Amino acid sequence: MVLNLEQISTEPDLLASGHRLCAGCSESIVVRQVLHAVGTPVVVATSTGCLEVTTTPYPHSAWRVPWIHSAFENASSTISGVETMYRALVKRGKIKDVGMKFVVFAGDGATYDIGLQFISGAMERGHKFLYVCLNNEAYMNTGIQRSSATPFGAWTTTSPVGEAKAGKTEARKDVTAIFAAHDIPYVAQAAPHAWKDLMSKVQKAIAADGPSFINVLIPCQRGWRYPQDQTIAMSRLAVDTCVWSLYEVIDGKWIINYHPEPRKPVIEWFKSQGRFQHLVRPENSHLVEEFQGMVDRHWKRLLDRERCSA
Amino acid sequence: MVLKQVKGKAVALEGDRAVAEAMRQMNPDVVAAYPITPQTEIVMRFSEFVASGQVDTEFIPVESEHASMSACIGASAAGGRVQTATAGAGLALMWEVIWVASGTRLPIVMHVVNRSLSAPLNIHCDHSDSIGMRDAGWVQLYDEDVQEAYDNAIQCVRIAEHPDVMLPTIHALDGFVLGHNVERLEVLPDEAVREFIGEYQPRYPLLDVNHPVTYGPMDLQDYFFEHKRQQAEAMVNAMDVVPMIGEEFGKLTGRHYGLMEGYRLEDADYALVLMGSSVGTARTAVDIMREEGVKAGLLKIRCFRPFPAAEVARAIGNKKVIAVMDRSLSFGAQVNPLCLEVVAALYTHGYTPKLINYVFGLGGRDTIPQHICGVYRELIEIDKTGVVEPALRFLGVRD
Amino acid sequence: MAAKSWREVPIGGLITAPGNSLEYATGDWRSFRPIWDESLCTNCKVCWAYCPDGAIRLDNGEVSGINLTYCKGCGICASECPQKAIRMIEEAQAREMA
Repeated sequence: MVLNLEQISTEPDLLASGHRLCAGCSESIVVRQVLHAVGTPVVVATSTGCLEVTTTPYPHSAWRVPWIHSAFENASSTISGVETMYRALVKRGKIKDVGMKFVVFAGDGATYDIGLQFISGAMERGHKFLYVCLNNEAYMNTGIQRSSATPFGAWTTTSPVGEAKAGKTEARKDVTAIFAAHDIPYVAQAAPHAWKDLMSKVQKAIAADGPSFINVLIPCQRGWRYPQDQTIAMSRLAVDTCVWSLYEVIDGKWIINYHPEPRKPVIEWFKSQGRFQHLVRPENSHLVEEFQGMVDRHWKRLLDRERCSA
Repeated sequence: MVLKQVKGKAVALEGDRAVAEAMRQMNPDVVAAYPITPQTEIVMRFSEFVASGQVDTEFIPVESEHASMSACIGASAAGGRVQTATAGAGLALMWEVIWVASGTRLPIVMHVVNRSLSAPLNIHCDHSDSIGMRDAGWVQLYDEDVQEAYDNAIQCVRIAEHPDVMLPTIHALDGFVLGHNVERLEVLPDEAVREFIGEYQPRYPLLDVNHPVTYGPMDLQDYFFEHKRQQAEAMVNAMDVVPMIGEEFGKLTGRHYGLMEGYRLEDADYALVLMGSSVGTARTAVDIMREEGVKAGLLKIRCFRPFPAAEVARAIGNKKVIAVMDRSLSFGAQVNPLCLEVVAALYTHGYTPKLINYVFGLGGRDTIPQHICGVYRELIEIDKTGVVEPALRFLGVRD
Repeated sequence: MAAKSWREVPIGGLITAPGNSLEYATGDWRSFRPIWDESLCTNCKVCWAYCPDGAIRLDNGEVSGINLTYCKGCGICASECPQKAIRMIEEAQAREMA
């Protein structure tokens, strides 16, 4: 499929309007983009979370494709079952092989925390499916609680800012690297402002002969506290500060897709969002330094990985 | 449907292997299972069938029991036949999604090899696992012996898939006692099993891209209750479907099944109510008591969910004294789960016989006919003195 | 739409009418309304790519306006349009003008 908006926009959206996501939420921006890149026929599984509850408030469903939700942690196991049944029925001649694709949408809570085991199992078994993590860096649906994807220093309702503690005290987990270590054919990170990059990654992932994983940064105007029209701008700022990076791991080879020139300091990231406002205060400058150090180390590690796997 | 009786073949198999044999003959589309003692023989044996090509089932070697039930849900919604097996802590680990399976009305069949729930860790038989999920909306059958484990495994598929039921279904066999013990049973020819279960016609398969469906939406205050009401109705329907399938199976094999079965019950003064392998032990105890001139009898419950309340009430309502034997303990309750069902059945049908509840056999504690004879002697004593208390007693515990 | 009885709905909470969320007009949520200036629009469709609600109307492959039935007024389109062809005004004001 040619990746230009002229062509892409001729196909209808597979996610209908009328869903109840917040104004300015990037989950549906990404889902629309991903489904345009995947096309039909596709079966989608979703974990409990913002996307699931807002797209299927009974008796309404925004999904124009077959869709299943069973629980929070287990979208990858659920889709494993669907994908296996597809292969079983095709093998037995009960249904035709139409080149069915299988996609999971799940939040960072479902992916980094409660669902980690399930994804690992599904990847180890080699089911052919694309897992898209919609990473808004907290348990947003239940009211902005910290997950292991929440960045260091961020305010959330379970890592609030007070006299004794100033936001999250732990660094965030590098789940993309964990899934790259599963040696699956395709792993990547993406962001909603770079729609062409995201859609091309989805196409590569879906063509892979095995499990694939794409971690997409999802700016969240409610949880991150920024004006609702700045969602795409936030996505851009994330990659320009190296707080988020766009890269791929294709059959073990690490490729960075975007090198920001110049790299913006993380203080820019903190100034832009209410969840980091306490870090902008002079007495917390040591935390800004600590976070800058983490970002620098992670970026350097990424550069090293790219070099080593070249 | 099937009218002609088919000749079976006599074999000797452990309960787990008999279940695996039934699974082989049924050749489900997908099996997703995780090993746990004492169910392991089922998955190991079935894996051998897969490896040798004796089945062409797609087997998913999942990484936990929660994953196994989750995969079963996906596979069943996709539109095919799904089976799994588990025991004890494994069943407990699936707890969350057990409810999802029945709420989503998926005809998954699960073979439960009864094992106690920790702590402390115990791998042996009691009913705390399957009884623990009694409210989850699954049809539940309890096997008395290895023959029943085989027979019920096959019938579960027809019960679960019946359009008036559409509920996931279990049959439970006592861990080690039935699971690992060799007994004689008759197995059907492969074609007879295939013909009995027939072809599965899924109503709303996920894989039908021409008719996209949404499974598992968010259901708020305005509709959740209605969906649960539907589930309750399905259980009411199962009360008719279970014996109907049992009758059909009876025509095929000569072994007829209903919801419950009395043994020397009709003229009995003293009756026991129980389920599982201990029914066999209790039959021996009944015979011993009868030899002594005591009018002892027993009521075996085969179908625990739905509970055949009216039938049970009619069968034992007029007995002099009853002992309900529970192989699980509901801490803090006046009496335990099976006894609660019996008491509710009796009371709501206007019967108030004298009744006690015995907890027995927890964690694989062996219960022999002599213990059960002791229970009958207590019932005789209660009859004489009129003193029923205490309602809750423990059989075979060192006091 | 009157709520149905338990006998009238499919079992298991199944929704068998795909995309029927269209019955719910999220446009009622708006506090700000996008005003599209056709004369500045170059049809790049960046707004279409970034709209969370699929509310950018296309006719024969050309942007023809905003679908106000569903537009929640987030303003991403206005913020991202390279030609500044969309501006946001207060919904109350827009209703007065209509």
